[in-house]
Amino acid sequence: MTALVDTLRLTAEDAIGLVERKEVSPAELHAAYREAIAERDGELHAYLRTVDEAEGTSIPIALKDVISTKGVETTAGSKILSGYVPVFDATVAARCRAAGLTLLGKTNTDEFAMGSSTENSAFGPSRNPWDPMLVPGGSGGGTSAAVTAGLAPWGLGSDTGGSIKQPSALCGNVGLRPTYGTVSRFGVVAFASSLDQVGPVAKTVRDVALLYSVIAGRDPADSTTVELAESVVLPDEERLAGLRIGVPRQATALDAIEPGVRAAFEAALARLEELGAEVGECELPRAFDYGIACYYLIAPAEASSNLARYDGVRYGPRSDDATYREMVERTRDEGFGDEPKRRIMLGTYALSAGYYDAYYGQAQKVRTLIMREHAAAFEQFDLLATPTSPTVAFPVGDKAADPLAMYACDLLTIPSCLAGLPGLSVPCGFSEGLPVGIQLIGPQLSENRLFRAGHALERSLGLDLVPERLR
Amino acid sequence: MSISRDQVLHVARLAHLDLSDEEVERLTAELGAILDAVSKVSELDLDDVPPTSHPLALVNAWAEDVPHESLSLEDVFANAPEREGDLFRVPPTA
Repeated sequence: MTALVDTLRLTAEDAIGLVERKEVSPAELHAAYREAIAERDGELHAYLRTVDEAEGTSIPIALKDVISTKGVETTAGSKILSGYVPVFDATVAARCRAAGLTLLGKTNTDEFAMGSSTENSAFGPSRNPWDPMLVPGGSGGGTSAAVTAGLAPWGLGSDTGGSIKQPSALCGNVGLRPTYGTVSRFGVVAFASSLDQVGPVAKTVRDVALLYSVIAGRDPADSTTVELAESVVLPDEERLAGLRIGVPRQATALDAIEPGVRAAFEAALARLEELGAEVGECELPRAFDYGIACYYLIAPAEASSNLARYDGVRYGPRSDDATYREMVERTRDEGFGDEPKRRIMLGTYALSAGYYDAYYGQAQKVRTLIMREHAAAFEQFDLLATPTSPTVAFPVGDKAADPLAMYACDLLTIPSCLAGLPGLSVPCGFSEGLPVGIQLIGPQLSENRLFRAGHALERSLGLDLVPERLR
Repeated sequence: MSISRDQVLHVARLAHLDLSDEEVERLTAELGAILDAVSKVSELDLDDVPPTSHPLALVNAWAEDVPHESLSLEDVFANAPEREGDLFRVPPTA
């Protein structure tokens, strides 16, 4: 049976074909991925837990452990949720179930999706399938490593400041952060509510588009959701005639971008031009000068509020203390790891009396400037492009002791997240033998345009994205 | 931009975190460095710029007031550390 299925190369679209033509049953397919997990996940730790039974009528899927799954433990990578078994499905999990998709397991994440390497997971880091000494990126490193290592045909991640796009770049697959509001957050463990978005990760742009069509659309249970302006179109064009692509000068000027990443990105731009696109320069000065500062005020402020609910009263482990206040304070100190504590403290400070206007209020105004700058750029260009990550995958432990160095990983992904814009990371080459991603950013609700451009580039480049050591 | 040990203790109390002495010391240094970096936002003169709290220009999402089934009490208490009848049991407040 496994001979029928090479999970390292099988796309979700082809897997669906196998099931529809009854060449492989959903249970056999599920078993093939379970076998791959048994073989390779000891080393990679992409999954926090797997599910034995194949319930669905279609292909399997991996869900990041911030997505509530009825009857299946959901921890968000935190000790404070260990043992928590949701009594309802997140809307995205329910939509996957309704589409016949079978849950393979829950994937590892930095605690509460706070991080860029999965090293902040309370349950240990995931590893990069290209080299297990390296991180897979984060926070969605588990889903991304699983997709690249053939441990899932596709999966869902969540992205607040780059947690889908950056791991996709570092593992060599395709990840979409959708337009804010197009995918329901109901039942998704909240980090920063004005930024959090669930999105698909897969081997190809077409797979990502297909999975996006499963999860997107208004949800009455999440009043911040909107209906899509047009239905999802699976891309098949190979030319990009007339597409105008803007490259923000301030992004490419950043010293933090490694030479090999820069070279792969520039080669991809040249390829986009060969495909018919017009590539020009644009200006986003505030977005790249002030984006990180703005994000690290807004996201922790919202996190400090969202994480107030973990009080040991209704779920999760509880400390044994004499008074209510002591119980809550100790439960939280014992349950949260270092990064959530840092962000709770930072956010609480930024929102506290006397500091609110100077920090949180000011950051919200910077956010307005960043949105305006993007809107101005889209008057001249259809899409914007930057490298997704300034670096390729870095060694486990390299940045773990330096919060500011870790925060800088998301330098290029954060500005468009603040502006609520969709972004697609597509593999565009290699540096030092490791994958490099190009980030394509579009106006709100322009996912179909991103899919078209990403697909044409992917087809034209024809990269082999199975890690050499697994071939 | 530095933050004092007393300020860290005050914020920890607001955030309901019983930090250890070691954590207070480490966070005093780390938060000082992070605040230095994020204070960059105050360089800009933004008096005339409105704040953005939400990236979509949504106004009031209305829903019909239709009764629907809620979670059962068994579900509500399924993950509770301690239950007494139909209540969550907690230690005394004082």
